[in-house]
Amino acid sequence: MATRVGMEVSIAAAEAVKQANADIIAAYPITPQTHIVEHLSELVNDGELDAEFIPVESEHSAMSVCAGSSAAGARTFTCTSSQGLILMSEIVYAVASLRLPMLMILANRSLNSPLSIWNDHSDVMSVRDCGWIQVFMENGQEVYDHVFIGFRVAEDRNVIIPFMMNIDGFMLTHVIEPIGLLEQEVVDRYLPPFQPLYRLHPNNPVTMGAFGPPILFTEAKKAQDEAFNKTMPHIIKAWQEFGDLTGRYYHPIETYRTDEAKIVIITQGSLGETASIGIDMMREEKEPVGLVKIRLWRPFPFAELREAVKEAELVVVMDRAISYGGPGGPLAGEVRSALYPQESRPRVANFIIGLGGRDVAPEDFVQMVQQAKAQPGEWYEIYGVRE
Amino acid sequence: MDEYLDRLNIYASRLVSQKEYFVPGHRACQGCAEALALRLVAKTLGRNNIVACATGCMEIVSSPLPLTSWKVPWIHVAFENAAAVASGIESGLKALMRKGRLPRQKINVMAMAGDGGTSDIGLQALSGALERGHNMVYVCFDNEAYMNTGIQRSSSTPFGASTTTSPAGKVVPGQVTWKKNMPEITAAHNIPYVATACSSYPFDLMEKVKKAADIEGPAYVHILSICPTGWRIPPQLAIHAGRMAIETGMFPLYEVERGKYRLNIDLPELRPVEEYLRFQGRFRHLTPELIEKIQQRVREEYEKLKRKVEMTNED
Repeated sequence: MATRVGMEVSIAAAEAVKQANADIIAAYPITPQTHIVEHLSELVNDGELDAEFIPVESEHSAMSVCAGSSAAGARTFTCTSSQGLILMSEIVYAVASLRLPMLMILANRSLNSPLSIWNDHSDVMSVRDCGWIQVFMENGQEVYDHVFIGFRVAEDRNVIIPFMMNIDGFMLTHVIEPIGLLEQEVVDRYLPPFQPLYRLHPNNPVTMGAFGPPILFTEAKKAQDEAFNKTMPHIIKAWQEFGDLTGRYYHPIETYRTDEAKIVIITQGSLGETASIGIDMMREEKEPVGLVKIRLWRPFPFAELREAVKEAELVVVMDRAISYGGPGGPLAGEVRSALYPQESRPRVANFIIGLGGRDVAPEDFVQMVQQAKAQPGEWYEIYGVRE
Repeated sequence: MDEYLDRLNIYASRLVSQKEYFVPGHRACQGCAEALALRLVAKTLGRNNIVACATGCMEIVSSPLPLTSWKVPWIHVAFENAAAVASGIESGLKALMRKGRLPRQKINVMAMAGDGGTSDIGLQALSGALERGHNMVYVCFDNEAYMNTGIQRSSSTPFGASTTTSPAGKVVPGQVTWKKNMPEITAAHNIPYVATACSSYPFDLMEKVKKAADIEGPAYVHILSICPTGWRIPPQLAIHAGRMAIETGMFPLYEVERGKYRLNIDLPELRPVEEYLRFQGRFRHLTPELIEKIQQRVREEYEKLKRKVEMTNED
């Protein structure tokens, strides 16, 4: 029988990597990712996880080691945050194009400058178009479960694309939550050993990462784009099968009280739980407000989103990153693109909130909805700026 | 021509394997001694070898989609990370073999990069890999500038050389810094094996590569790779240029095995550096004063090296 224990989310993530029987962990320490890699080092050095832990000299090398180990056919895990992600971003793009499956946890943190170790989503938005499958996690249970789901999807021969889990730094990484742990036997049934289609081995020499002259580059990119666009059903299948085994079902987006909601708030990550309390408060006051939480960020669930907000007249999108000189936050841009082809579509208001660890309370959602109702037009605003 | 090939079949085959793993058809320039060095390295390491290749001349010339010159498994990821990618391959194989998911066998892992990919942008990744002690052979193909992007200076470009970013100008006479000493930097990591080599001395080169592969732990081989295009010499002088580099002491052939230095070709008397410099277009502008300055430096460095040989072989 599965057990349910109180555990720091970072520790739960590391325990899941152990249960997934990863072969290689390459990482460089950066706040707030550290608890995950510290615990993994312990598991390796105590002999609980038979893996190579490679304490690299930079994040750039972390991702480069991961490229090599995945190409050798090893189950590969890494973990980073913020500056670490943008330092490794060159290779983050490369491994996606090389079709090297692996799992990365990104403990989301803002980018310099000013220096901040606290949470927002500006790090992941810098690699939005890198060609990884990207999900946002709302709570510790999702984090634990998606380690298995992430490896399973990435290594699926119908997919073969690296998988990135976004978990809010501190807000999620450092909190203690009740986590339902899986029996090893269930994990093994769900997640078979990694069987790469091609690996670097003398028995079948292959050339990986060749040089693409102009006559072939476009075709290579077209093939990658097509492969990426075909991942959605395989991700959904992996979620379905995980649900059938564990009773915990996941979907590209989650909705909360969207029935007859004229106003819909859209969030990503751990903010969803706070927003849902705000929704309850507004529903008490007979405000017809619902919540849509975007779990799957890449590939973006366009159809599911349209369906979820089809009754709405006003959509209020909560972004946690700025797109300087752009139309608003990156999430709002995606939401507007999803809604644009529709004949009638809701108005989209966009708040940029929770930057660099700024706390967002349930009351803030009430206030933002009031402001969005009162202020016509399509706009964005950085919310909660101190006078 | 056939006559010579016959002779090659009679003699060379007894000394060197005729199997090729970096095969013809690649797009290197005429007289490229880097491609020659690479061919000898690949030949020495044989079939059970996996290559992590940095961006650079050898990557570009050998892998234009959909063709490849590689008969061994090969991967290119980026410019500065060959040592880290090789670390991942080595660790991955180690874990998979230990866990019984791959049959146990000896597979060599080789990282390769040019002088830019080694002494400049890839230095950090290389230092990390050496310090962590991965069992790999790192080969630096040093052609003394960024040849692939059009002959820009690197930290491995010798003093006085004219490149496109250290041009011989009216005021500044080309490269004003001395060549970074990569073999010493790697030896300072206390790795079991460091060697210098040059394709003008093919047997010495192949012996060193073999030793590097056989030794447990990280090994570093620094190969002077003559580039007729970048050095502005006729292609037929590539081998000669390599010989002159060694005979003048500009690039001594030595190895550091478990801390012990050994000069592989110890010349009783060095040729004047001018014999190396004078036929190369990149040094054409050098004045007698500058040539003397180089001569001075070469003499000092060579003496220093000889003292290291003595010091580390005392008992």
